Parts: sequence; C-alpha cells; structure tokens
Amino acid sequence: MDFSLTEEQTIIVDMVRRFVRDEILPLEMSLDPDADEVPPEILTQLTTKTKAMGLYGLDTPPEYGGPDIGMVTRVLIAIECSQHRAGIYVPCYGAFGGARQAQLFEATEAQKEKYLYPMLRGEKRVFFGLSEPSGGSDPARSIQTRAVRDGNDHWVLNGTKLWISGADRADYGLIFARTGGEGRSGVTAFIVETNWPGFNVSRVVHTLRSAKYATEIQIDNLRVPHENILGEEGGGFAIANDRLARQRVPYAAECLGAAIKAHEMAVEYAKIRKTFGASLSSRQGIQWMLVENEIDIRAARLLVLEAAAKSDKGLPFRTESAIAKLVCSENAFKVVDRSMQIHGGLGVAKDLPLERWFREMRIRRIGEGPSEVQKHVIARDIIGSSLR
Amino acid sequence: MAVRLEKPWIDLNISNVAKVAGHLGVYELANKNDEIVYIGVADATSNFGLREKLERELQQPRFGACQFRVEINMAYRTRHIELLQVYFYDRNKLPVGNEDTNPNTLGRLRPGGSIDQR
Repeated sequence: MDFSLTEEQTIIVDMVRRFVRDEILPLEMSLDPDADEVPPEILTQLTTKTKAMGLYGLDTPPEYGGPDIGMVTRVLIAIECSQHRAGIYVPCYGAFGGARQAQLFEATEAQKEKYLYPMLRGEKRVFFGLSEPSGGSDPARSIQTRAVRDGNDHWVLNGTKLWISGADRADYGLIFARTGGEGRSGVTAFIVETNWPGFNVSRVVHTLRSAKYATEIQIDNLRVPHENILGEEGGGFAIANDRLARQRVPYAAECLGAAIKAHEMAVEYAKIRKTFGASLSSRQGIQWMLVENEIDIRAARLLVLEAAAKSDKGLPFRTESAIAKLVCSENAFKVVDRSMQIHGGLGVAKDLPLERWFREMRIRRIGEGPSEVQKHVIARDIIGSSLR
Repeated sequence: MAVRLEKPWIDLNISNVAKVAGHLGVYELANKNDEIVYIGVADATSNFGLREKLERELQQPRFGACQFRVEINMAYRTRHIELLQVYFYDRNKLPVGNEDTNPNTLGRLRPGGSIDQR
C-alpha cells in the first residue's frame, strides 16, 4: 500500500509549511498570547499570498471560487496550517479562508445573493446556532427553540442558544428551531440577521479556549420572514448533520498539526535539557513518553487520512470520520500533555504555546461531537442497530 | 511578550471600542498626554470581556482618559498584577485611577529596561 504523497500534494504541503514558517510564526511574536485575529491590513496581506498560491477558500466548492482539492489534500493542509500558537482554532488566522457556513451553498439564488456571496467575499461574518442549554450532541431531540408560523409571511422564534461562536460580532447566521413535532423532521433552519429585534447575545461564555469564544443568545419573539428558511421546512436536521459530518475530518486534522509541533518541541527540548548530568533524552522515562507521542501521532494520521481517502473516493465515511475525530482529539491531547510534562515548568508558562494548546485541545475532545458521541456513532455502525 | 504594555494608543471612542472583541485580558487608559491613568482587567465576571469594560469606561471616562490599549490574555489576573507592579517600579506610585490598591499588597518587580519617566 503506497502512503506517499502525490507530486502535487508534496508541492502544496511544502508551500503551506513555508507560509507558516515565514509569515505566521514571525507575526505571532508580536501578537497577544491569546490573540485569535490579526489586524485587517495584515490579513489582507496574508490572503493576497494564499490567493496567489491558489489555496484561498479551502472549504469553498470550486464552482464558487474555492480551490479544486480533495479531502486528502485538505487534511494535509490542515495539518500544516495548525502548527502555530493559535493554530488549533484559528489556523493561520483565517488566511486560507475556511469553512464558515457551508450550509449557505444550499440556499436559494436570492438567499445566496444576500447572504452567501457577501460571506465569501469576506464582507460579512456568520454564526451557526445549533446547540442549546438542553443539549448539542443530539439536536434532533434537544432543540427546544420554537418557531411558530405567523400568517403567510413570517415565523416567530423564541428560545435560547448556547456555545455559539462569534454571534456577538456576526452580521447574520443560522438558527435551528423546532417547527414541528419531536425528532429530526421537526427542525427547520432559519437565516437570521443579528440586528433584528428579538435577537440578543446576552453574554460571552468564557471557557478554556482563547480563540473564537462562545456566546449565549436569547431569542425573544424574533420575527423571521418565511423566505429566510434555508432548505425545506423540517429539513434543518439534514442541513446540520451534513455540516457536522463534512467538517469533522479537517477538524480532526487540525488537532494533529498542533500535536506534531508539540512533539517536535519536546524532542528538541529533551536533547538539550540536562538533569543530574545527563540529557533528558537519555532517560528511559522521557524516551517512552516520546515514543508514545510518535505512535499516537502516526496512528491518528493514518486514521484521518483513511477517512479523507474514502471521502475522495465517494465512499461512505461516517464511521471513519468518527474514528478519526475521536482518535485525533484524544491522542493529540495526550501528546500535548506529555510534551508539556517534558518541558517542566516552561511547559505551563505562557512563554511557550504549549499551555494554550493544552487548554484548547481539551475542548477539542468535546466540540464537534464529544468522544463519547463518536463512540456511539461507531458502535451503531459496527453493531448495525440504532442503540436507542 | 514584553513586561510593559508597549502597544500604540487607540482613541477611546465608540467606533474603536466596538472593534474590541469580548476576550478576557487587561487594558490601560491614558490621558491626552499619553500618561497612563488606569490599568484595568476584564475577568470572567464580565459578560463581554474587554469590550464591556471599555464601553463602561467610555460612558464615564476617568481622570481624563481618552485613549486605550488592550492585551488579550487568559492569565488576566497575574498580568494585571504585573502591569501594576511594573508601573510602580517605573514611577514609584500607582496610576491615579488605581490608587485604591495598596502597593504593599502587590509585591515587588524589578524588570529590565526603563521608561523615560524613571
């Protein structure tokens, strides 16, 4: 079995690696330790370069101006892009575009003109409002935000959303609300503008994460035009599910990139740091930690590439994407933890990126489907029953 | 990361404060002579972090504050203390807006470098 990259993939990986080394790492020296964005003029400079590379808009379909790359190449780029301080949640500070709200590609032409194209041009910010205090892993059951038809033209929404990234600074986004009965077919996706009366971001939910903080949204008699339904009434779950499944693979790969960098740092540090007259790298305890890092990274890499390869072949890859997300997030956390341990006190200091990766990697084991939910998906596919 | 907050000052107005995100961190306020009048912190008790704190400062600017700068930092508590310590080291007093803080409770910092005022 040939695991080597194609010539094109090798060139792309090399380009992205040099971009991170030459553009992002020097830039990061002057940013706040927990920054998650760069000044607009700097972002423009960076995107000029990524556009010149032909890699801007990584998750934008080619017919909308994105690069024509497969999932394997997407994963390889994700692994490279995330190898810097903010890289887990803001790879290259958005210089390569990114997923944003992929569901808007399913919009009507009128909706695309108003909401999709401004987003693609970078003129507007968008949020994704699925999770609620009642739950996020099982939206088909947990969504309690209610949408009630008001005449022929409008719906009135009421409810609360929680863990919604970027809603306080977004121009519009998707709110998933229950228009019907229980279960999947009762959920509808609405495009909502954040300046409409009744849409209130009530607070930032401060967590371990430095980047893309979460918010809580209070929806109070929010009137939404009927034409702002995305897709079909009752079709919201399918839209949400599609996004979650598709993004899971690059999401897993981003965990891997930071883990690789943490491991490299640990190897170098172990060689130079001495205790009791010998380098750390000569100690069996440290060697075994580095070996475990290496194995965890290689295993995760193979699994995420397998999921990507099946996606590229048009084969079902739900089980593989769940395994990839589970293993990448869990293994990457262990790698960062060991690397932090090897660095001793320096590992927990803000002088190095390890403490930020440790905090943010902890959340990766929960976000986009916690590990336990991934196991639920895998078990269901293995055993072949619904497990309900 | 420098011990002293050495970023350029930004005018304290509605437009500039609106651009500040809701992160946790620290901030400094200065008067028209670029003199620091207050060192503040946006901690987890704030609903909207740095932006909320600066919006409040905008409503009632203290001691002639008309400029600000921020640092996004999850270690906001220790960073706030450090900034107060280094200010005290540089000038042998606290900013006029922080005079309710007892400098004896801050601990002593002797960083390298200096500022013009010392």
